[in-house]
Amino acid sequence: MSPLALESRGLCRSFGALVVANMIDFRLEHGARHALIGPNGAGKTSFVELVTGALRPSSGHILLDGVDISHWSQAARVKRGLVRTFQITALFRRLSVLENVTLAICERFGIGGGLFRPVGRHRAAIEEAFALVERLGLADEALCPVNTLAYGRQRLVEIAVGLGLSPQVLLLDEPAAGVPSGESGTIIEVVESLPPDLALLIIEHDMDLVFRLAHRITVLVQGRVLVEGSPEAIAADPQVRRVYLGERVPV
Amino acid sequence: MPGPDAVGIFARRHRHHPLEAAPWLVAVAAYFAFPSYLPLGAQILATILFALSADLVLGYAGIVTLGQAAFFGAGAYTTGLLAAHGWGEPITGLLAGAAAAALIGLLSGIVILRTTGLTLLMLTLVVASLLYEVINKASWLTGGDDGLQGMEVWPIFGRFRFDLFGQTAYFYCLIVLFLCWLVARRMVHSPFGRSLVGIRENVRRMHAIGAPVGGRRLVIYTISAALAGISGALIAQTTQFVALSFLSLDRSGTVLIMLIIGGVGRLYGAFIGVPLYMVAQDRFSEIDPVYWYFWIGLLMVLLVVFARGGVLGLIEELRSRDGARR
Repeated sequence: MSPLALESRGLCRSFGALVVANMIDFRLEHGARHALIGPNGAGKTSFVELVTGALRPSSGHILLDGVDISHWSQAARVKRGLVRTFQITALFRRLSVLENVTLAICERFGIGGGLFRPVGRHRAAIEEAFALVERLGLADEALCPVNTLAYGRQRLVEIAVGLGLSPQVLLLDEPAAGVPSGESGTIIEVVESLPPDLALLIIEHDMDLVFRLAHRITVLVQGRVLVEGSPEAIAADPQVRRVYLGERVPV
Repeated sequence: MPGPDAVGIFARRHRHHPLEAAPWLVAVAAYFAFPSYLPLGAQILATILFALSADLVLGYAGIVTLGQAAFFGAGAYTTGLLAAHGWGEPITGLLAGAAAAALIGLLSGIVILRTTGLTLLMLTLVVASLLYEVINKASWLTGGDDGLQGMEVWPIFGRFRFDLFGQTAYFYCLIVLFLCWLVARRMVHSPFGRSLVGIRENVRRMHAIGAPVGGRRLVIYTISAALAGISGALIAQTTQFVALSFLSLDRSGTVLIMLIIGGVGRLYGAFIGVPLYMVAQDRFSEIDPVYWYFWIGLLMVLLVVFARGGVLGLIEELRSRDGARR
Protein backbone atom coordinates (compact mmCIF):
# COMPACT_ATOMS: atom_id res chain seq x y z
CA MET A 1 0.00 0.00 0.00
CA SER A 2 1.29 3.45 -0.86
CA PRO A 3 2.26 5.65 2.07
CA LEU A 4 0.08 8.49 3.21
CA ALA A 5 0.26 11.84 1.43
CA LEU A 6 0.85 13.63 4.69
CA GLU A 7 1.19 12.45 8.22
CA SER A 8 2.02 14.01 11.55
CA ARG A 9 3.15 11.93 14.50
CA GLY A 10 3.05 13.25 18.04
CA LEU A 11 3.35 16.83 16.85
CA CYS A 12 3.82 19.27 19.73
CA ARG A 13 4.45 22.96 19.96
CA SER A 14 4.03 25.40 22.78
CA PHE A 15 4.75 29.05 23.39
CA GLY A 16 5.53 29.20 27.09
CA ALA A 17 2.44 27.92 28.84
CA LEU A 18 0.30 28.12 25.72
CA VAL A 19 0.09 24.77 23.99
CA VAL A 20 -0.93 25.19 20.35
CA ALA A 21 -0.23 21.62 19.29
CA ASN A 22 -0.53 18.77 21.73
CA MET A 23 0.49 15.34 20.41
CA ILE A 24 -1.30 15.73 17.09
CA ASP A 25 -1.46 12.50 15.11
CA PHE A 26 -2.93 13.26 11.76
CA ARG A 27 -3.18 11.27 8.55
CA LEU A 28 -4.04 12.61 5.13
CA GLU A 29 -4.51 10.08 2.35
CA HIS A 30 -3.81 10.55 -1.34
CA GLY A 31 -6.85 12.05 -2.96
CA ALA A 32 -8.35 12.98 0.40
CA ARG A 33 -10.92 15.74 0.79
CA HIS A 34 -10.36 16.35 4.44
CA ALA A 35 -11.57 19.22 6.60
CA LEU A 36 -10.03 20.49 9.80
CA ILE A 37 -12.48 22.33 12.01
CA GLY A 38 -12.47 23.65 15.53
CA PRO A 39 -13.30 26.74 17.55
CA ASN A 40 -11.18 29.90 17.33
CA GLY A 41 -7.78 29.39 18.91
CA ALA A 42 -7.95 25.62 18.54
CA GLY A 43 -4.58 25.63 16.79
CA LYS A 44 -5.71 25.01 13.22
CA THR A 45 -3.51 27.62 11.59
CA SER A 46 -0.63 26.72 13.89
CA PHE A 47 -0.96 23.17 12.62
CA VAL A 48 -0.58 24.44 9.05
CA GLU A 49 2.44 26.50 10.06
CA LEU A 50 4.03 23.47 11.69
CA VAL A 51 3.39 21.20 8.74
CA THR A 52 4.72 23.69 6.18
CA GLY A 53 7.78 24.56 8.24
CA ALA A 54 6.98 28.18 9.06
CA LEU A 55 6.96 27.05 12.70
CA ARG A 56 9.36 24.49 14.15
CA PRO A 57 7.72 21.79 16.26
CA SER A 58 8.90 21.30 19.85
CA SER A 59 8.70 17.58 19.19
CA GLY A 60 7.13 15.11 16.82
CA HIS A 61 7.51 14.30 13.16
CA ILE A 62 5.99 15.29 9.84
CA LEU A 63 6.03 12.87 6.92
CA LEU A 64 5.33 13.76 3.32
CA ASP A 65 4.76 10.74 1.11
CA GLY A 66 6.42 8.62 3.77
CA VAL A 67 9.55 10.82 3.93
CA ASP A 68 10.38 12.54 7.19
CA ILE A 69 10.46 16.27 6.34
CA SER A 70 10.52 17.57 9.92
CA HIS A 71 13.85 19.32 9.37
CA TRP A 72 13.34 20.49 5.82
CA SER A 73 13.19 24.16 4.90
CA GLN A 74 9.90 25.66 3.81
CA ALA A 75 11.20 25.96 0.27
CA ALA A 76 12.17 22.28 0.10
CA ARG A 77 8.71 21.24 1.27
CA VAL A 78 7.06 23.40 -1.37
CA LYS A 79 9.28 21.87 -4.04
CA ARG A 80 7.97 18.46 -3.00
CA GLY A 81 4.40 19.63 -3.51
CA LEU A 82 3.34 20.67 -0.02
CA VAL A 83 1.51 23.95 -0.55
CA ARG A 84 -0.58 26.20 1.66
CA THR A 85 -2.74 29.26 1.29
CA PHE A 86 -3.28 31.87 3.97
CA GLN A 87 -6.27 32.60 6.15
CA ILE A 88 -5.46 36.29 6.10
CA THR A 89 -4.61 37.11 2.52
CA ALA A 90 -0.83 37.18 2.08
CA LEU A 91 -0.20 38.48 -1.40
CA PHE A 92 2.21 40.85 -3.11
CA ARG A 93 -0.21 43.68 -2.72
CA ARG A 94 1.22 46.21 -5.12
CA LEU A 95 1.88 43.69 -7.88
CA SER A 96 -0.71 42.69 -10.43
CA VAL A 97 -2.82 39.56 -10.12
CA LEU A 98 -0.98 38.01 -13.04
CA GLU A 99 2.42 38.76 -11.55
CA ASN A 100 1.44 37.29 -8.19
CA VAL A 101 0.71 33.98 -9.86
CA THR A 102 3.68 34.25 -12.24
CA LEU A 103 6.07 34.64 -9.31
CA ALA A 104 4.82 31.35 -7.88
CA ILE A 105 5.11 29.57 -11.21
CA CYS A 106 8.64 30.89 -11.76
CA GLU A 107 9.63 29.35 -8.43
CA ARG A 108 8.05 26.05 -9.42
CA PHE A 109 9.90 26.09 -12.75
CA GLY A 110 13.11 26.69 -10.84
CA ILE A 111 13.82 29.93 -12.69
CA GLY A 112 13.06 32.24 -9.77
CA GLY A 113 16.76 32.94 -9.25
CA GLY A 114 17.47 33.72 -12.91
CA LEU A 115 19.34 37.01 -13.04
CA PHE A 116 19.37 38.07 -16.63
CA ARG A 117 16.53 36.91 -18.83
CA PRO A 118 13.48 39.13 -18.24
CA VAL A 119 10.33 37.58 -16.81
CA GLY A 120 8.55 38.64 -19.99
CA ARG A 121 10.62 36.19 -22.03
CA HIS A 122 9.49 33.28 -19.89
CA ARG A 123 6.33 33.07 -21.92
CA ALA A 124 5.36 29.59 -20.74
CA ALA A 125 5.28 30.72 -17.12
CA ILE A 126 3.16 33.77 -17.91
CA GLU A 127 0.73 31.82 -20.06
CA GLU A 128 0.25 29.18 -17.41
CA ALA A 129 -0.30 31.92 -14.85
CA PHE A 130 -2.88 33.57 -17.03
CA ALA A 131 -4.72 30.28 -17.59
CA LEU A 132 -5.03 29.94 -13.82
CA VAL A 133 -6.14 33.53 -13.40
CA GLU A 134 -8.76 32.94 -16.05
CA ARG A 135 -9.93 29.73 -14.40
CA LEU A 136 -10.62 31.66 -11.21
CA GLY A 137 -12.60 34.25 -13.13
CA LEU A 138 -10.03 36.99 -12.67
CA ALA A 139 -9.06 37.52 -16.32
CA ASP A 140 -10.49 41.03 -16.45
CA GLU A 141 -8.45 42.03 -13.43
CA ALA A 142 -5.25 40.25 -14.45
CA LEU A 143 -3.23 43.45 -14.73
CA CYS A 144 -4.71 45.21 -11.70
CA PRO A 145 -2.62 45.53 -8.59
CA VAL A 146 -3.98 43.10 -6.01
CA ASN A 147 -4.67 45.85 -3.48
CA THR A 148 -7.21 47.43 -5.85
CA LEU A 149 -9.35 44.28 -5.82
CA ALA A 150 -12.27 43.64 -3.49
CA TYR A 151 -11.27 41.36 -0.63
CA GLY A 152 -13.37 38.50 -1.92
CA ARG A 153 -11.53 38.66 -5.24
CA GLN A 154 -8.20 38.71 -3.41
CA ARG A 155 -9.17 35.42 -1.78
CA LEU A 156 -9.37 33.92 -5.25
CA VAL A 157 -5.90 35.21 -6.10
CA GLU A 158 -4.74 33.58 -2.90
CA ILE A 159 -5.95 30.23 -4.21
CA ALA A 160 -4.52 30.87 -7.68
CA VAL A 161 -1.05 31.44 -6.22
CA GLY A 162 -1.34 28.15 -4.34
CA LEU A 163 -2.49 26.25 -7.41
CA GLY A 164 0.35 27.76 -9.44
CA LEU A 165 2.71 25.59 -7.42
CA SER A 166 1.07 22.34 -8.67
CA PRO A 167 0.46 20.99 -5.19
CA GLN A 168 0.38 17.31 -4.28
CA VAL A 169 -0.87 18.23 -0.84
CA LEU A 170 -2.85 21.44 -0.60
CA LEU A 171 -3.65 23.10 2.70
CA LEU A 172 -6.38 25.71 2.26
CA ASP A 173 -6.59 27.89 5.34
CA GLU A 174 -10.14 29.27 5.45
CA PRO A 175 -10.42 29.92 1.71
CA ALA A 176 -13.94 31.30 2.05
CA ALA A 177 -13.22 33.68 4.95
CA GLY A 178 -14.27 37.14 3.83
CA VAL A 179 -15.73 35.95 0.55
CA PRO A 180 -19.26 37.20 -0.19
CA SER A 181 -21.63 34.25 -0.39
CA GLY A 182 -22.25 34.96 -4.06
CA GLU A 183 -18.62 34.22 -4.83
CA SER A 184 -18.01 31.22 -2.63
CA GLY A 185 -19.47 29.20 -5.49
CA THR A 186 -16.28 29.84 -7.47
CA ILE A 187 -14.23 28.42 -4.62
CA ILE A 188 -16.39 25.31 -4.46
CA GLU A 189 -16.06 24.85 -8.23
CA VAL A 190 -12.29 25.20 -8.07
CA VAL A 191 -11.97 22.76 -5.20
CA GLU A 192 -14.23 20.25 -6.94
CA SER A 193 -12.15 20.45 -10.11
CA LEU A 194 -8.84 19.74 -8.34
CA PRO A 195 -7.00 16.64 -9.60
CA PRO A 196 -8.46 13.55 -7.92
CA ASP A 197 -5.09 12.32 -6.60
CA LEU A 198 -4.35 15.63 -4.88
CA ALA A 199 -4.68 15.47 -1.13
CA LEU A 200 -6.68 18.41 0.18
CA LEU A 201 -6.89 19.65 3.73
CA ILE A 202 -9.33 22.50 4.11
CA ILE A 203 -9.68 24.55 7.25
CA GLU A 204 -13.00 26.31 7.32
CA HIS A 205 -15.60 27.84 9.55
CA ASP A 206 -18.29 27.83 6.88
CA MET A 207 -20.04 24.57 7.73
CA ASP A 208 -22.02 24.46 4.49
CA LEU A 209 -18.75 24.45 2.60
CA VAL A 210 -17.19 21.86 4.89
CA PHE A 211 -20.08 19.42 4.65
CA ARG A 212 -20.32 19.95 0.94
CA LEU A 213 -16.64 19.33 0.16
CA ALA A 214 -15.21 17.12 2.86
CA HIS A 215 -15.32 13.34 2.93
CA ARG A 216 -13.64 13.28 6.28
CA ILE A 217 -13.44 15.73 9.17
CA THR A 218 -11.04 16.21 12.05
CA VAL A 219 -12.03 18.36 14.99
CA LEU A 220 -9.26 20.18 16.79
CA VAL A 221 -9.78 21.67 20.24
CA GLN A 222 -7.07 23.36 22.31
CA GLY A 223 -4.28 21.94 20.20
CA ARG A 224 -5.60 18.40 20.50
CA VAL A 225 -7.46 16.14 18.11
CA LEU A 226 -10.91 15.75 19.69
CA VAL A 227 -12.41 13.39 17.19
CA GLU A 228 -12.11 12.33 13.57
CA GLY A 229 -14.73 10.78 11.33
CA SER A 230 -17.09 11.02 8.41
CA PRO A 231 -19.16 14.22 8.11
CA GLU A 232 -22.26 12.35 9.28
CA ALA A 233 -20.50 11.01 12.35
CA ILE A 234 -19.08 14.43 13.21
CA ALA A 235 -22.43 16.14 12.78
CA ALA A 236 -23.98 13.63 15.14
CA ASP A 237 -21.18 13.59 17.69
CA PRO A 238 -22.44 15.01 20.99
CA GLN A 239 -18.94 16.09 22.07
CA VAL A 240 -18.48 18.10 18.89
CA ARG A 241 -21.88 19.67 19.29
CA ARG A 242 -20.96 20.76 22.78
CA VAL A 243 -17.54 22.32 22.12
CA TYR A 244 -17.96 23.54 18.64
CA LEU A 245 -21.40 23.76 17.15
CA GLY A 246 -22.90 25.05 20.39
CA GLU A 247 -25.39 23.50 22.73
CA ARG A 248 -29.04 23.59 22.09
CA VAL A 249 -30.42 26.17 24.46
CA PRO A 250 -34.06 25.95 25.35
CA VAL A 251 -35.76 29.18 24.44
CA MET B 1 -7.78 46.70 -22.26
CA PRO B 2 -7.09 43.65 -20.06
CA GLY B 3 -8.48 40.29 -21.02
CA PRO B 4 -6.80 38.03 -23.52
CA ASP B 5 -3.90 40.36 -24.23
CA ALA B 6 -2.94 40.67 -20.57
CA VAL B 7 -0.23 38.10 -21.26
CA GLY B 8 1.21 40.20 -24.08
CA ILE B 9 1.16 43.41 -22.07
CA PHE B 10 2.80 41.71 -19.13
CA ALA B 11 5.40 40.05 -21.35
CA ARG B 12 6.37 43.37 -22.94
CA ARG B 13 6.80 45.22 -19.69
CA HIS B 14 10.59 44.94 -19.63
CA ARG B 15 11.03 46.63 -23.01
CA HIS B 16 12.72 49.99 -23.16
CA HIS B 17 10.56 53.06 -22.92
CA PRO B 18 11.62 56.13 -24.96
CA LEU B 19 11.70 58.20 -21.76
CA GLU B 20 14.49 56.02 -20.47
CA ALA B 21 16.84 57.72 -22.93
CA ALA B 22 16.23 61.05 -21.17
CA PRO B 23 18.88 60.79 -18.41
CA TRP B 24 21.55 59.91 -20.95
CA LEU B 25 20.62 62.68 -23.33
CA VAL B 26 20.65 65.13 -20.42
CA ALA B 27 24.06 63.84 -19.35
CA VAL B 28 25.54 64.33 -22.82
CA ALA B 29 23.88 67.74 -23.17
CA ALA B 30 25.25 68.78 -19.77
CA TYR B 31 28.75 68.05 -21.04
CA PHE B 32 28.39 70.72 -23.68
CA ALA B 33 26.27 73.12 -21.64
CA PHE B 34 28.44 73.27 -18.50
CA PRO B 35 32.04 72.67 -19.58
CA SER B 36 33.40 74.27 -16.41
CA TYR B 37 31.37 71.97 -14.16
CA LEU B 38 32.65 68.65 -15.48
CA PRO B 39 34.46 67.60 -12.28
CA LEU B 40 31.21 68.08 -10.35
CA GLY B 41 29.40 66.28 -13.15
CA ALA B 42 31.69 63.27 -12.87
CA GLN B 43 31.07 63.18 -9.11
CA ILE B 44 27.35 63.28 -9.70
CA LEU B 45 27.50 60.42 -12.20
CA ALA B 46 29.56 58.26 -9.85
CA THR B 47 27.22 59.08 -6.97
CA ILE B 48 24.21 58.11 -9.07
CA LEU B 49 25.77 54.67 -9.31
CA PHE B 50 26.17 54.64 -5.52
CA ALA B 51 22.50 55.57 -5.07
CA LEU B 52 21.52 52.95 -7.63
CA SER B 53 23.33 50.32 -5.59
CA ALA B 54 21.40 51.44 -2.51
CA ASP B 55 18.13 51.33 -4.45
CA LEU B 56 18.67 47.67 -5.30
CA VAL B 57 18.88 46.63 -1.65
CA LEU B 58 16.51 49.17 -0.13
CA GLY B 59 14.00 49.78 -2.90
CA TYR B 60 13.80 46.31 -4.33
CA ALA B 61 14.72 43.84 -1.61
CA GLY B 62 13.51 46.05 1.23
CA ILE B 63 16.78 45.72 3.15
CA VAL B 64 17.18 48.95 5.08
CA THR B 65 20.86 49.73 5.36
CA LEU B 66 22.98 52.43 6.92
CA GLY B 67 26.22 50.78 5.91
CA GLN B 68 26.34 51.21 2.17
CA ALA B 69 29.38 53.49 2.55
CA ALA B 70 31.39 50.47 3.74
CA PHE B 71 31.30 49.07 0.22
CA PHE B 72 31.81 52.45 -1.36
CA GLY B 73 34.90 52.93 0.81
CA ALA B 74 36.15 49.40 0.27
CA GLY B 75 36.06 49.92 -3.48
CA ALA B 76 37.73 53.32 -3.22
CA TYR B 77 40.53 52.14 -0.92
CA THR B 78 41.22 49.00 -2.96
CA THR B 79 41.54 50.96 -6.19
CA GLY B 80 43.39 53.74 -4.42
CA LEU B 81 45.92 51.43 -2.79
CA LEU B 82 46.61 49.70 -6.09
CA ALA B 83 47.14 53.06 -7.81
CA ALA B 84 49.37 54.30 -4.99
CA HIS B 85 51.51 51.17 -5.16
CA GLY B 86 52.24 50.97 -8.83
CA TRP B 87 49.11 49.61 -10.46
CA GLY B 88 47.20 52.58 -11.85
CA GLU B 89 45.42 50.82 -14.69
CA PRO B 90 41.86 52.16 -14.32
CA ILE B 91 39.68 49.30 -15.64
CA THR B 92 41.31 46.52 -13.64
CA GLY B 93 41.47 48.90 -10.68
CA LEU B 94 37.73 49.34 -10.96
CA LEU B 95 37.15 45.60 -11.12
CA ALA B 96 39.42 45.03 -8.12
CA GLY B 97 37.42 47.62 -6.20
CA ALA B 98 34.19 45.86 -7.14
CA ALA B 99 35.58 42.47 -6.13
CA ALA B 100 36.81 43.69 -2.75
CA ALA B 101 33.49 45.37 -2.00
CA ALA B 102 31.54 42.31 -3.12
CA LEU B 103 33.65 40.07 -0.91
CA ILE B 104 33.00 42.25 2.13
CA GLY B 105 29.32 42.37 1.20
CA LEU B 106 29.15 38.61 0.90
CA LEU B 107 31.00 37.84 4.13
CA SER B 108 29.17 40.44 6.22
CA GLY B 109 25.90 39.53 4.54
CA ILE B 110 26.20 35.89 5.54
CA VAL B 111 26.31 37.01 9.16
CA ILE B 112 23.99 40.00 9.32
CA LEU B 113 21.26 39.09 6.82
CA ARG B 114 19.98 36.49 9.23
CA THR B 115 18.30 39.41 10.94
CA THR B 116 15.76 41.90 9.61
CA GLY B 117 14.40 45.35 10.33
CA LEU B 118 15.93 47.47 13.03
CA THR B 119 18.45 44.83 14.10
CA LEU B 120 19.71 44.57 10.56
CA LEU B 121 19.89 48.35 10.29
CA MET B 122 22.12 48.46 13.37
CA LEU B 123 24.32 45.66 12.08
CA THR B 124 24.89 47.36 8.73
CA LEU B 125 26.00 50.37 10.73
CA VAL B 126 28.33 48.15 12.77
CA VAL B 127 29.96 46.67 9.66
CA ALA B 128 30.64 50.15 8.28
CA SER B 129 32.03 51.36 11.61
CA LEU B 130 34.29 48.32 11.94
CA LEU B 131 35.72 48.83 8.48
CA TYR B 132 36.14 52.53 9.19
CA GLU B 133 38.23 51.79 12.27
CA VAL B 134 40.28 49.09 10.56
CA ILE B 135 41.26 51.51 7.82
CA ASN B 136 41.84 54.27 10.37
CA LYS B 137 44.17 52.07 12.45
CA ALA B 138 46.09 50.77 9.45
CA SER B 139 47.44 54.26 8.85
CA TRP B 140 50.84 52.91 7.76
CA LEU B 141 49.03 51.59 4.68
CA THR B 142 46.01 53.81 4.24
CA GLY B 143 47.24 57.13 5.55
CA GLY B 144 44.59 56.96 8.28
CA ASP B 145 43.13 60.33 9.11
CA ASP B 146 45.17 62.11 6.45
CA GLY B 147 43.68 60.09 3.66
CA LEU B 148 45.41 58.07 1.00
CA GLN B 149 47.96 60.10 -0.90
CA GLY B 150 50.08 59.51 -3.96
CA MET B 151 47.65 57.78 -6.29
CA GLU B 152 48.76 57.63 -9.85
CA VAL B 153 46.02 56.65 -12.26
CA TRP B 154 47.15 55.70 -15.75
CA PRO B 155 45.38 56.79 -18.90
CA ILE B 156 42.36 54.71 -19.85
CA PHE B 157 43.36 52.07 -22.42
CA GLY B 158 46.73 53.80 -22.36
CA ARG B 159 45.24 56.66 -24.38
CA PHE B 160 42.83 58.88 -22.48
CA ARG B 161 44.53 60.82 -19.70
CA PHE B 162 42.55 62.15 -16.77
CA ASP B 163 42.79 65.86 -17.58
CA LEU B 164 42.44 68.87 -15.36
CA PHE B 165 39.07 69.88 -16.82
CA GLY B 166 37.51 66.52 -16.07
CA GLN B 167 36.53 65.70 -19.64
CA THR B 168 37.92 62.17 -19.52
CA ALA B 169 36.59 61.66 -16.01
CA TYR B 170 33.12 62.74 -17.08
CA PHE B 171 32.85 60.33 -19.98
CA TYR B 172 34.54 57.56 -18.05
CA CYS B 173 31.98 57.86 -15.24
CA LEU B 174 29.14 58.17 -17.74
CA ILE B 175 30.09 54.99 -19.59
CA VAL B 176 30.65 52.96 -16.43
CA LEU B 177 27.34 54.19 -15.01
CA PHE B 178 25.58 53.29 -18.25
CA LEU B 179 26.98 49.75 -18.25
CA CYS B 180 26.10 49.22 -14.59
CA TRP B 181 22.62 50.62 -15.21
CA LEU B 182 22.11 48.15 -18.05
CA VAL B 183 23.00 45.30 -15.73
CA ALA B 184 20.79 46.63 -12.93
CA ARG B 185 17.88 47.20 -15.26
CA ARG B 186 18.16 43.75 -16.73
CA MET B 187 18.29 42.32 -13.24
CA VAL B 188 15.22 44.05 -11.82
CA HIS B 189 13.12 42.70 -14.68
CA SER B 190 14.43 39.15 -14.28
CA PRO B 191 12.61 36.55 -12.19
CA PHE B 192 15.29 37.17 -9.56
CA GLY B 193 14.54 40.90 -9.48
CA ARG B 194 10.81 40.31 -9.30
CA SER B 195 11.32 37.82 -6.48
CA LEU B 196 13.15 40.56 -4.56
CA VAL B 197 10.06 42.72 -4.91
CA GLY B 198 8.09 39.72 -3.68
CA ILE B 199 10.34 39.53 -0.62
CA ARG B 200 9.79 43.22 0.01
CA GLU B 201 6.04 42.99 -0.45
CA ASN B 202 5.43 39.81 1.53
CA VAL B 203 8.26 37.70 2.79
CA ARG B 204 5.96 35.05 4.31
CA ARG B 205 4.42 34.41 0.95
CA MET B 206 7.82 34.14 -0.71
CA HIS B 207 8.67 31.37 1.74
CA ALA B 208 5.32 29.76 1.03
CA ILE B 209 5.90 29.66 -2.72
CA GLY B 210 9.21 27.92 -2.14
CA ALA B 211 11.68 30.75 -2.73
CA PRO B 212 15.05 30.53 -0.96
CA VAL B 213 14.62 33.95 0.60
CA GLY B 214 17.92 34.03 2.49
CA GLY B 215 19.93 33.16 -0.60
CA ARG B 216 18.20 35.76 -2.73
CA ARG B 217 18.85 38.47 -0.17
CA LEU B 218 22.50 37.54 0.04
CA VAL B 219 22.92 37.62 -3.74
CA ILE B 220 21.44 41.10 -4.12
CA TYR B 221 23.36 42.38 -1.10
CA THR B 222 26.60 41.19 -2.70
CA ILE B 223 25.77 42.60 -6.13
CA SER B 224 24.77 45.90 -4.59
CA ALA B 225 28.05 45.97 -2.65
CA ALA B 226 29.97 45.42 -5.89
CA LEU B 227 28.19 48.35 -7.58
CA ALA B 228 28.83 50.56 -4.56
CA GLY B 229 32.48 49.49 -4.77
CA ILE B 230 32.68 50.51 -8.41
CA SER B 231 31.16 53.86 -7.50
CA GLY B 232 33.76 54.43 -4.78
CA ALA B 233 36.53 53.36 -7.12
CA LEU B 234 35.31 55.83 -9.76
CA ILE B 235 35.48 58.70 -7.32
CA ALA B 236 38.90 57.60 -6.09
CA GLN B 237 40.25 57.45 -9.63
CA THR B 238 38.75 60.70 -10.84
CA THR B 239 39.71 62.75 -7.77
CA GLN B 240 42.95 60.82 -7.15
CA PHE B 241 42.25 60.86 -3.46
CA VAL B 242 40.60 58.65 -0.86
CA ALA B 243 39.69 59.74 2.64
CA LEU B 244 38.18 58.11 5.70
CA SER B 245 35.01 60.11 5.09
CA PHE B 246 34.32 57.74 2.18
CA LEU B 247 33.27 55.19 4.82
CA SER B 248 31.38 57.53 7.11
CA LEU B 249 27.85 57.13 8.39
CA ASP B 250 27.28 60.55 6.90
CA ARG B 251 27.82 59.17 3.42
CA SER B 252 25.55 56.16 4.01
CA GLY B 253 22.84 58.49 5.25
CA THR B 254 23.24 61.07 2.51
CA VAL B 255 22.90 58.51 -0.24
CA LEU B 256 19.61 57.39 1.26
CA ILE B 257 18.40 60.99 1.40
CA MET B 258 19.30 61.49 -2.25
CA LEU B 259 17.51 58.29 -3.15
CA ILE B 260 14.41 59.23 -1.18
CA ILE B 261 14.33 62.64 -2.89
CA GLY B 262 14.29 60.91 -6.25
CA GLY B 263 12.03 58.00 -5.32
CA VAL B 264 12.88 54.57 -3.93
CA GLY B 265 12.42 51.26 -5.74
CA ARG B 266 12.05 52.67 -9.22
CA LEU B 267 15.58 52.41 -10.61
CA TYR B 268 15.40 56.05 -11.76
CA GLY B 269 15.16 57.69 -8.36
CA ALA B 270 18.94 57.86 -8.26
CA PHE B 271 19.05 59.70 -11.58
CA ILE B 272 16.80 62.44 -10.22
CA GLY B 273 17.64 62.61 -6.53
CA VAL B 274 21.42 62.67 -6.82
CA PRO B 275 21.74 65.56 -9.31
CA LEU B 276 19.05 67.48 -7.47
CA TYR B 277 20.77 67.07 -4.12
CA MET B 278 24.29 67.67 -5.34
CA VAL B 279 23.43 70.68 -7.46
CA ALA B 280 21.35 72.11 -4.61
CA GLN B 281 24.25 71.49 -2.26
CA ASP B 282 26.62 73.22 -4.67
CA ARG B 283 24.31 76.22 -5.07
CA PHE B 284 23.20 76.53 -1.45
CA SER B 285 26.75 76.31 -0.15
CA GLU B 286 27.69 79.17 -2.44
CA ILE B 287 24.72 81.37 -1.57
CA ASP B 288 24.71 80.53 2.12
CA PRO B 289 28.01 78.87 3.10
CA VAL B 290 27.17 78.60 6.80
CA TYR B 291 23.59 77.42 6.84
CA TRP B 292 23.25 75.53 3.59
CA TYR B 293 22.42 72.32 5.46
CA PHE B 294 19.34 74.08 6.77
CA TRP B 295 17.98 74.48 3.24
CA ILE B 296 18.66 70.83 2.45
CA GLY B 297 16.82 69.94 5.67
CA LEU B 298 13.88 72.13 4.71
CA LEU B 299 13.73 70.45 1.32
CA MET B 300 13.62 67.08 3.06
CA VAL B 301 10.80 68.13 5.38
CA LEU B 302 8.72 69.39 2.47
CA LEU B 303 9.33 66.18 0.60
CA VAL B 304 8.34 63.96 3.50
CA VAL B 305 5.17 65.98 4.08
CA PHE B 306 4.04 66.42 0.49
CA ALA B 307 5.73 63.71 -1.57
CA ARG B 308 6.48 60.50 0.31
CA GLY B 309 7.47 58.74 -2.89
CA GLY B 310 9.98 61.39 -3.86
CA VAL B 311 9.92 63.24 -7.16
CA LEU B 312 9.04 60.11 -9.13
CA GLY B 313 6.29 59.23 -6.68
CA LEU B 314 4.87 62.73 -7.08
CA ILE B 315 4.89 62.41 -10.88
CA GLU B 316 3.19 59.03 -10.67
CA GLU B 317 0.51 60.42 -8.38
CA LEU B 318 -0.18 63.41 -10.61
CA ARG B 319 -0.40 61.16 -13.66
CA SER B 320 -2.82 58.75 -12.00
CA ARG B 321 -4.97 61.68 -10.83
CA ASP B 322 -4.93 63.02 -14.34
CA GLY B 323 -5.90 59.60 -15.63
CA ALA B 324 -8.76 59.36 -13.13
CA ARG B 325 -10.17 62.70 -14.23
CA ARG B 326 -10.32 61.53 -17.80
